Amino acid sequence: MQVRSSPSVSATAPGPPAVAAAVSMRGVVKRFGDVVAVDGLDLEVPTGLCFGLLGPNGAGKSTTMRILTGQAVADAGSVDVLGHHLPSESKLARARMGVCPQESNLDVDLGVRDVLDVFARMYRVPAARRAAAVERALALAGLDQRARDRAVTLSGGMQRRLLIARALIHEPEIVLLDEPTVGLDPQIRQELWSLIVGLREQGTTVLMSTHYIEEAERLADRVAIVSAGRVVAEGSPGELIQAHAGREVVDVFGSAAELASLRRSAIASGLPTRRSGPALTYLHADSYDGRVPEGVRRNATLEDVFVRLTGDYVE
Amino acid sequence: MSALRPGRVEAPALAAVWVREWTVFKYYWRTRTFAAIVEPVITLLAFGFGFGKLVSHVEGIPYIQFVGTGAVATAVLFSAVFSSMFDALYKRRYQRVYDAMLAAPVDVDEIVTGESLFLGVRAGLYGVAPLVVAFAFGLKPEPAMVLVPFIGVLTGIGFAALGMWFAAMVSTYDGFSYVISGVITPLFLVAGTFFPLTRMPEWLRSLAQLNPLYHCVELVRHCAFGLDPLADVVHVAALCAFAVVAWGLAVWRSRAKLIL
Repeated sequence: MQVRSSPSVSATAPGPPAVAAAVSMRGVVKRFGDVVAVDGLDLEVPTGLCFGLLGPNGAGKSTTMRILTGQAVADAGSVDVLGHHLPSESKLARARMGVCPQESNLDVDLGVRDVLDVFARMYRVPAARRAAAVERALALAGLDQRARDRAVTLSGGMQRRLLIARALIHEPEIVLLDEPTVGLDPQIRQELWSLIVGLREQGTTVLMSTHYIEEAERLADRVAIVSAGRVVAEGSPGELIQAHAGREVVDVFGSAAELASLRRSAIASGLPTRRSGPALTYLHADSYDGRVPEGVRRNATLEDVFVRLTGDYVE
Repeated sequence: MSALRPGRVEAPALAAVWVREWTVFKYYWRTRTFAAIVEPVITLLAFGFGFGKLVSHVEGIPYIQFVGTGAVATAVLFSAVFSSMFDALYKRRYQRVYDAMLAAPVDVDEIVTGESLFLGVRAGLYGVAPLVVAFAFGLKPEPAMVLVPFIGVLTGIGFAALGMWFAAMVSTYDGFSYVISGVITPLFLVAGTFFPLTRMPEWLRSLAQLNPLYHCVELVRHCAFGLDPLADVVHVAALCAFAVVAWGLAVWRSRAKLIL
């Protein structure tokens, strides 16, 4: 069991070399033709934490994940994973990394046990330990009873668990989970969340991309909010909420015309707001008492931060 | 864990690719084997009995034995090239298992090498089927025929790699129409399988020298009807050169498609 490093340790001032970041990306740029998918991204993932990459669809999260596995090569910037420089040493990094992609890429025609056995070999689990590794992964995925069935016959949730078990077959030091619960039932999502919490408790570094705010809020020790290919804010969920939305916020409901007018005057008087459907949310309401109109007062959430920082891109 | 050496084609990665192919094959060997064996046998019987009634001997060889030895190359070609092109596109585009393999410590050149070798060996073994059928039609077993599976494997590796190159140039199965009609059919027809090239125009005969299948056909016939050491060394060299070039093209284009 590994002691988790304190979130108060600043990522910008590295201490002794022993506490190297699991992932370090600096000034990373990736273009696809005219599209700039990643645009000067800086990211430090400390060892042993669950780190959330939160951003709207198209923010560059999946491209960032592909760069970390060596399946996309950055046009500029530097990338290090577990002390290996990419892309030249990506094979060394991949041997110590597990990857669960957003969309299934299982060998669906094979039996569950065969899927795990084949990838135990891909990940070079020594022959003497292979059978045990496969059994452990089957148990982890809760698929002991389905070991002989073809993967294609499993439900969506089971296939996702098999994908995660496959990523963990070689007991990696870092796991990349790209949108691990997208499109799954709430029950299955809870199950996967427990699995991710368990991983982090064993000391595995988890880098998880998601556009579900709740997922990041519940699981991540630290979150980087990504928008248009760069990190626009980074910290623990609490820090981010405090810094970008304050303790409390006020939702003011009204017609579109009323909200537009309220927003104009808020901007004019320097009050931070964000749009939230039928309401205008006044952020940092506790700091601007007396100047915020009447409305529904509630605690600030990561969603307030997320929409404030990325909202204009998706709207 | 075995020592990892980035940038090299490593045995543990090749072994893992092989085991994956073998595992998949265990699920599908019946259909694959049926197709690979029955098709050349039917071709052989149809040509042998049909066309053989019009032509009794070609170059001093009974026609069905001429076709039987030639059909070895056809069986190898079809088994290797079709499996590799359809499988590689499926694994890249639809099932995306290449993405999973590349996220593990396995590189594009290791995937291409491992899969070409596996499909090459399989095609080489399937290629023996027409020869065995030809025995039933009076082809005399010769000691040199033990070389036929090796010739088949060498040819098969090249065509499997060629298929992976084709797969890396298309985005849908439909895209294969061009290479099937434009490349594979001419290769198959102008190889001396069903008729000797000696009666063909000079330019076509020169062109046939560039057809790897022609070299395979010549080698198999020489195993059956008498080796010609000098010419056969050239044929083997041509097949080796073809395999290396096809492998290089497959690695180059697959990498461009898989590593963004």
